[in-house]
Order: sequence, then C-alpha cells, then structure tokens
Amino acid sequence: MRPGNTNCGGCGMSVGLTFLSRALKEAGQTCQLVIPACCGVVTAGGYPTTGYSVPVLASTFAASAAFASGVAAVRDLNHEPHHVICWAGDGGTYDIGLATLSAAAERNENIIYICYDNEIYGNTGGQRSSATPVGARTTTTPAGKREGKKDIMAIMAAHRIPYAASLSIAHPDDFMRKIATALLLTGFRFLLIHSPCPTGWKSEPAESIELVRLAVASGLFPVYEVFDGERYRINLRPSGGDVGEYYRRQNRFPADSIDLRSVRADDAAANKRLARLAEVFPAQG
Amino acid sequence: MTLELVTGNHAAGYALSTAGEANRSARGAACGIYPITPQTEIVEYVAKFPFSKGRVIAVESEHSAMGVSIGASMAGARAFTASSSNGLAYMTENIMVAGFYRLPIVLVAVNRTLGPPWNIWADQGDTLYLRDFPWIQLYCETNQEVLDTTLLAFRLAEDRRILLPVMVIMDAFILSHTQTETDLPEQGLVDEFLPPLSLPHRLDSARPTTVGGLTWPRETLSQRLEIDEAFERVPAVYEEHRASFRSVFGRDPGGAINVFETEDADALLVVSGTIASTAREVVRRRREAGEKIGLVKMRMFRPFPGDALLEACPRAAKFGVLDRDYAAGLGGVWWHDVRAALQGRRDGAIVQGYLTGVCGGDVTPEMIDEVIDDLLARRSAGKPLWKGIDK
Repeated sequence: MRPGNTNCGGCGMSVGLTFLSRALKEAGQTCQLVIPACCGVVTAGGYPTTGYSVPVLASTFAASAAFASGVAAVRDLNHEPHHVICWAGDGGTYDIGLATLSAAAERNENIIYICYDNEIYGNTGGQRSSATPVGARTTTTPAGKREGKKDIMAIMAAHRIPYAASLSIAHPDDFMRKIATALLLTGFRFLLIHSPCPTGWKSEPAESIELVRLAVASGLFPVYEVFDGERYRINLRPSGGDVGEYYRRQNRFPADSIDLRSVRADDAAANKRLARLAEVFPAQG
Repeated sequence: MTLELVTGNHAAGYALSTAGEANRSARGAACGIYPITPQTEIVEYVAKFPFSKGRVIAVESEHSAMGVSIGASMAGARAFTASSSNGLAYMTENIMVAGFYRLPIVLVAVNRTLGPPWNIWADQGDTLYLRDFPWIQLYCETNQEVLDTTLLAFRLAEDRRILLPVMVIMDAFILSHTQTETDLPEQGLVDEFLPPLSLPHRLDSARPTTVGGLTWPRETLSQRLEIDEAFERVPAVYEEHRASFRSVFGRDPGGAINVFETEDADALLVVSGTIASTAREVVRRRREAGEKIGLVKMRMFRPFPGDALLEACPRAAKFGVLDRDYAAGLGGVWWHDVRAALQGRRDGAIVQGYLTGVCGGDVTPEMIDEVIDDLLARRSAGKPLWKGIDK
C-alpha cells in the first residue's frame, strides 16, 4: 500500500494491508490482489492513480473467489511465482460472497483468501452483516442486532482447507507468522482479521488496537489456526480481559441492547469448545 | 474435409475447445463452467477435452462461471463459457463486467425461454435482454454456422481494434440437440486461424495497475466512448476476419446479415436463428409464384447492422419482422430495432412485427405463409401480431 491513501483514522484494514505487504516483502514474494466491493477497493483511490503497488482486479461483490480462481489457474498454467490473494470485507465473505467462497474452498483453489472483518457494511454507511455481533446498533438494526455472529472460521475449517487462521492486528508477531505460514502452503488458505472500524463501531480511532486486543484477551475473538480442517492450535489464550469494557468503549452497543451475562456465557462456551478441539485434535509442532 | 454427424452443442464444444487449445503456445486456456439445459453438453465437451495447457473449473453457479472466465481472461488466457436462459440471467452481473473490462471472452448461449414457468424450449428473450451490455451478439441458423461463428468470434473479440466479448447464439433443441453433418476442422487449421492471444491490459506484476477501481464520471465516460468506437469498427473488422476464415477453412462463415432474393423485393421478411431455414423455403416457393418477396437473415444483433439491412433491399417498402421473443410492453426486440434503423431513412415503409414461435412453439411454413399474406395485404403497420395462439 502506497502512502497517500484516504482511509479513515484507526482503520484496521489499513494496518492489515501494511502487515501483509511487510510479510510479503520479508518472504521476498509478490502478489496480485482480487478485491470485491469493499473499503479495500476504495483504498486504491481514483483512476488513473492507485494506492496499490501490485496489480489489483476489482471483482463483483459476490465473486472475488471465482475471479481469483481464474487468475490463479492461469498463473499456475504459466508457472508464475506470485500469490493470488482475495482481500474482502465481511459482507463479501460472510454474506453475498459465501457460496463462491465455499465453492473455491471446496475445490481447494490455490489462493489466499483474507477477510478483514469489521463486522459491518462499512462502505455503505454501516448496515448489519452476518458478522455483526449481537447487540450492535447499525443503520439496519437500530435497536441493536438480535442475532449472534456467524462462525466463519468453523465454516471454513469444515471445508478441510489446508489452512484457516484468525488474526489480530493487536498481535503483530502472531499476525506476521500466520501470513508467512499461509505463503508457504499451497491450496486454499483462509485468514480472518478482526478489523476495527471507528466509523462503524462509533469508537475512538486511537483506541482501535486496544479494542481488538481486548477482544482477544476477553475471548470474544479467539485467535487460532486449523490445519486441513482437522488439527487445531490456539495461539493466544484469553487472558481475562473484561468483555464489558469492550462493549462500553464502542457506541455501537447501546447499554440496554447487551445482556452481558449471556454474552459472557456464550463466550465461555465457545472458548471451551475450541479448547477441547485443540486438546483432542492438536496441531503438532 | 470430413463431415461428422453432430449436434449444435457438440459443434460449439468442439469450437470452444480447439480455440482454447490453439492458445497453448501463449498463456493457455481457462474457464468456469456450470450446467443448464439445453447447453450442458457444451460444457461437458469442454470438461472432457484434453487441453495441453488449460484448466476447466466446474463451479457452483453461472455467476461464478463467468467470474472464473473473467479472472482467466484478465490473466491473459483464452477464456469462454456457455449458458442459457435463467443461467444467463443469473450470470448477468458478470456478463456486464466482461464487457466493461473489454475482455475477449466467447460465450455460447443456447436460447431457452426465461422462466417461470419452467419451459426449456427455444426463445431468444434470454440473450436479447442482454442487448445493452458491451457484447457482440451473433445468431446462428445451422450447426456448421455455430462452429464457424464460434471460431470467428475469438478472432473478432481478440482483435485489438475491437476487444469486446462475443456471444454466439443458437436455438434450443432445434440446433443444440439435433445432429446434422458438420465439418469439424482439424486442430492445425484452428491453430492457423487463431493466433496466440496477447491481451494488452492483462494483469502483469511488472506493471501494476488497478482494474475497475473508483473512476470519475469524465474518465468513465471516455471508457464508454471507446466501447462505442470499437462497436463502430465491428462491421469492417468482421469482414476482414470473415475473409481470413474463408481462406483458412475454405467456406464462408456468413456475414452480419445473409440475404435471399432481396435486390428487387417489394416486401421483406426479417428473421434470425433457425426460423430462417423455414422462411427461406416459403419465400422461394412464393417467388416462384411471382411474388416479389425477399428474406434477410440477421446474424449480427449487436452492433445492429441497420446499414447492411437497408443496402440489401433498396426497393422494399414492407418489412415483416419475425421475433421469437417478447419484450414485455413493447413486442419483438428485432422489430423494435428494425423500426429504429429505418427511421428517417425509409419513413414510408411499413414495418410490421410478428411474434412467432415465442416460448418455443413451432414456426411452420403455414405460419410464415400467413405472415406473408398479412404483410402483403397491409396498408399500414399495426401492433405486433401474436402467432400460434389458439383463438
């Protein structure tokens, strides 16, 4: 990503792109990006300039994994070394792009699919997606969302793809190691980034990193990796951060929309299930 | 030349596959495929073809089938796919993208009635409704035409003066599932006709660009204007490649329009697709009876060959346009475009629309006789007439 882009202050996606580019540079590798409708394509800026220093193909909203399958197929036919990476938001991943994503994963296409999950349709001004957590107020859930967040990691792991991992920009070492791992593997690789969006989360831009750190510490955003859909490793155990604090610091959560007791119970159950998976089906090494 | 007994679908599959294979010395061939009656045998043929440098990806939807082909084309491969009816409707967003991205993708479309209700028979509504996207559309009358037009489509699409995707279109079952003797050219001839593809704007790590990002009104407008200019060049460029086809394969793949007895015709039938075969026989018979009737078979729909149509029939004052399609609230799409082409250039002409074989009904010689009787008796044009309805 080149300097001079117009992304918002405190944007998690921008940090993710910076880390991605650093990891590629460290590995001495390059990529071509396929980006569906999302803030990632706006990052390029206005034609004829571009904020990206690699080729970017803007795809239709639902079809980034299909566009990327075609690009990657031709790359492989021609034995070229670059990676083909989808860079998509949660709307393009959890919602409109899910069928295409699932199909590309099922075919084990040789691409890296990265979802920066800001839990909202950001570009259109903040509507609910199936990644929006329970209680969050969006323009289409004015009283707070009633349903919980879809477990996309479980869905992707169920495709038995070579690699599925969740990443937090508050933990750059873990983040960079996972990108490096993905770059070494072949086949379909899915990376999920918890991506703060101050505009949508109604939070302080300066607190973005702290917020996602709190999400990891409190267990709201489990940081783990799954190999071949079978072997689990939890990379960062919840260290006991306060879930309540996470909610209080974002104005998208109206006080009366959150039942903290039930959130804590769901959170604990999810982490317990994950811990059990990692114990029974551990990733070696 | 050896003739083989094959269906229209087989002819299309053969043409797509050998065209893809012909790019093996360049960046290869790749495409997304998805089944739908009545085109499924086309993608089955492509899936079985032993490409030396190609990949066929069987995806989960038509939308993704075109998505994969867009990605493959953008990466510099020769790309194509096939679909029909509601499949084309589902694919529409990416059909549009292929055009705006100026990708030389060839799509073989088998005309089938759009549903609901569930109807698998021939009706051109599924491709004609895509008329406003930057795609060249070519309609076929025979299986040989399907094969020849598909090969020609790649030459036309990949020509740097054009760089537009091409839709090659045939009627469901009447061509797609009917075997006729067809010349399937050897790979060597296809290689000779189709040079390696070099896409000027392919994704290239040495030259990083962002394709399809935010573009201001003025710049977007200039891209649309370039598309319009490319369409303007199509008729002349088409003729060049038609001549080249003739010299490689030894037969004429057909022009933008094909004419029959039009030079001195007072009344003209304007048809497309397989209706042309029936209509030509009826016109021949009535010519023998002394009636000055002619026939124009429209092969090209976009760009619309209005000039060619007018030049072909200098005397015609009556035009009977047969549409195997119905645009709701309007009538036939071909009729509408013929009227537009004649406006201001032959204003006295009577242009009457006939809705024939819509939703897959048979278009019989008797029906065409009725159309001619009606046209010849007319003093003015009226609303489009529905044919084949039991009153």
